[in-house]
Amino acid sequence: MTARSASRDEALSGVAFVAPYLAVFCGLLAYPLLSGIWLSLHKADLFGGSEFIGTENYARLLRDGVFREAVWNTCYFVLLTVPALTVAGLVLALALNNSSRWSTLLRGLFFSSSVLSVTIVTLIWRMVLVPDGGLIADLLGPIPFLSDAKLAMPAIAITTIWWCIGLPMMLFLAALQQVPRDLYEAAALDNAGRWRTLFSITLPSIRRTALVVVVIEIILQFQLFGQAQIMTLGGPNNASLPIVLFIYQIGFQRWDIGYAAAASEILFAIILVAAMIQFFASRGRER
Amino acid sequence: MGGLALKGVSKRFGVTPVLDGISLEIGADELVVVLGPSGCGKSTLLRVVAGLETIDAGSIELDGARIDGLPPGKRGVAMVFQSYALYPHMSVRENMAFGLSNTGVTREEAGRRIAEAARMLEMEHLLDRRPSELSGGQRQRAAIGRAIVKAPKLFMFDEPLSNLDAALRSRTRQEIASLHRRIKTAMLFVTHDQTEAMTLADRIVVMNQRRIEQIGTPREIYDFPATEFVAAFVGSPAMNILPAASLPTLAVQGGTMRVGLRPEAVCLRAPGGGDVDAKVEFVEFLGDKTHVFLLLPGGERIVASAGASPGLRSGDTAGIAFDREAVHAFDAQGRNLHKPGPP
Repeated sequence: MTARSASRDEALSGVAFVAPYLAVFCGLLAYPLLSGIWLSLHKADLFGGSEFIGTENYARLLRDGVFREAVWNTCYFVLLTVPALTVAGLVLALALNNSSRWSTLLRGLFFSSSVLSVTIVTLIWRMVLVPDGGLIADLLGPIPFLSDAKLAMPAIAITTIWWCIGLPMMLFLAALQQVPRDLYEAAALDNAGRWRTLFSITLPSIRRTALVVVVIEIILQFQLFGQAQIMTLGGPNNASLPIVLFIYQIGFQRWDIGYAAAASEILFAIILVAAMIQFFASRGRER
Repeated sequence: MGGLALKGVSKRFGVTPVLDGISLEIGADELVVVLGPSGCGKSTLLRVVAGLETIDAGSIELDGARIDGLPPGKRGVAMVFQSYALYPHMSVRENMAFGLSNTGVTREEAGRRIAEAARMLEMEHLLDRRPSELSGGQRQRAAIGRAIVKAPKLFMFDEPLSNLDAALRSRTRQEIASLHRRIKTAMLFVTHDQTEAMTLADRIVVMNQRRIEQIGTPREIYDFPATEFVAAFVGSPAMNILPAASLPTLAVQGGTMRVGLRPEAVCLRAPGGGDVDAKVEFVEFLGDKTHVFLLLPGGERIVASAGASPGLRSGDTAGIAFDREAVHAFDAQGRNLHKPGPP
């Protein structure tokens, strides 16, 4: 066998190994993405009518005040939730990173909310937030969390943080448990106090996980839908309307799927840019 | 007196004792090696001195001051870990400076100490590298540098050579010995490798099952093992230890249950020319010498250390003679009756 044919055989076997994943990737990711972009260049509805209109849907979106509001609402929601989820997840992980029985119980308890469906979560939080007989109303008097334009999005953010805190906590816990005990012992011998150890040893050791948590949460929280749909329907007066709910309303209530596809592509671009900015900023700091 | 003093130190993990009444003194410029098999408590001993574990009984003093109640960073000790435990996100320079900044050493003084340690360890060119950019030997050096800059009263080494290859281990051993000569500070070195212990130590502490079996110079430990355990643990190949009844020609004193003979005390002769004849089972050629593994008529096995060319092959019969001056006699408790070690 010549060197050339051996190298060709190696290349073929390489392709054979990646082929199953490549097929799934192309079928379920690349094709829908490209198909969505193609759809966004059409005026199309769910009943089959379709007309190529170039970038008109994107131009319309830029002129659409409701869409701009949805973009701002979503960014506001991400700003409310992602830092809070990251910091709270880290604090909980630091507090529960030991093998005591209480820590095990609390870890399970904090993670348990993550397994609930969005319907259950929002029902629970409606019972907490509604001004008519809700838990907070009983304690502090009626506050219209879900019908006040300023309070609706923070209320959805608090619900989301409660619901989603389990994943960042578990990721941070896994990272903390990977930090070699030797490093803490060396720090103790180096006379490092608790805070010095936290900032100089622990946090730098889990910085990659922190980056993963932030990127995952940016991607997840930009896709806010169920909570807003069930708790406020995007109201009052679109104050809690996120991009995905906008897409849903345009695509499945007004049947304008070309326009909805264009909004989806904008959301995709926003998530991509946000995740990339975070990724490259963290890598730059690391260097 | 300067140096380290442990008095009756005991430690338990739950109900399991790991150190049992350890008493030990180390001079202010002495290098003491703690030698013992895995699980004997030697690493725990190091950790209780470092303050990484608390003690349940006894006391630990360094330079005359009691330190067992102090946190690790206040004890005046520095430790080189088996894994080196260098902070992976810091450069070598930052690793060395970290402990100094925590103890209030000024930046100028820290810079001076780091430069001096780097020069001593010939690692100036490595100061701005991260641990991941260093080889095993360079990491080892950085870890030693981190310990040196703190100017501790006691250096501790927890099996620091076990991650190095054989050639590097030998060179690093020499470097540690040379470092000790230059900085003249008490050093406590833990290992399970007897070569490290014999070549480095001013004195060796042999530990077994949570207790100290014997303390002595390498020569004393080798020539006058206080117990059967020390006799068998130190030396390669291990000392031949046989039931006294199997070698009646040795005529050992009363109360002897087992006799011990180093391989070099077993001399090879022509068949019929020694105390007993034995069958050669295996010959191990090492270049400058040969280990000959023999089977005695009673079924016991014995090893003899011979010259480079003993002229024997597996299956041959050889006479063996015992050097009576070098016979160790052990009683039922494993104590050496003939050659008790110095107190």
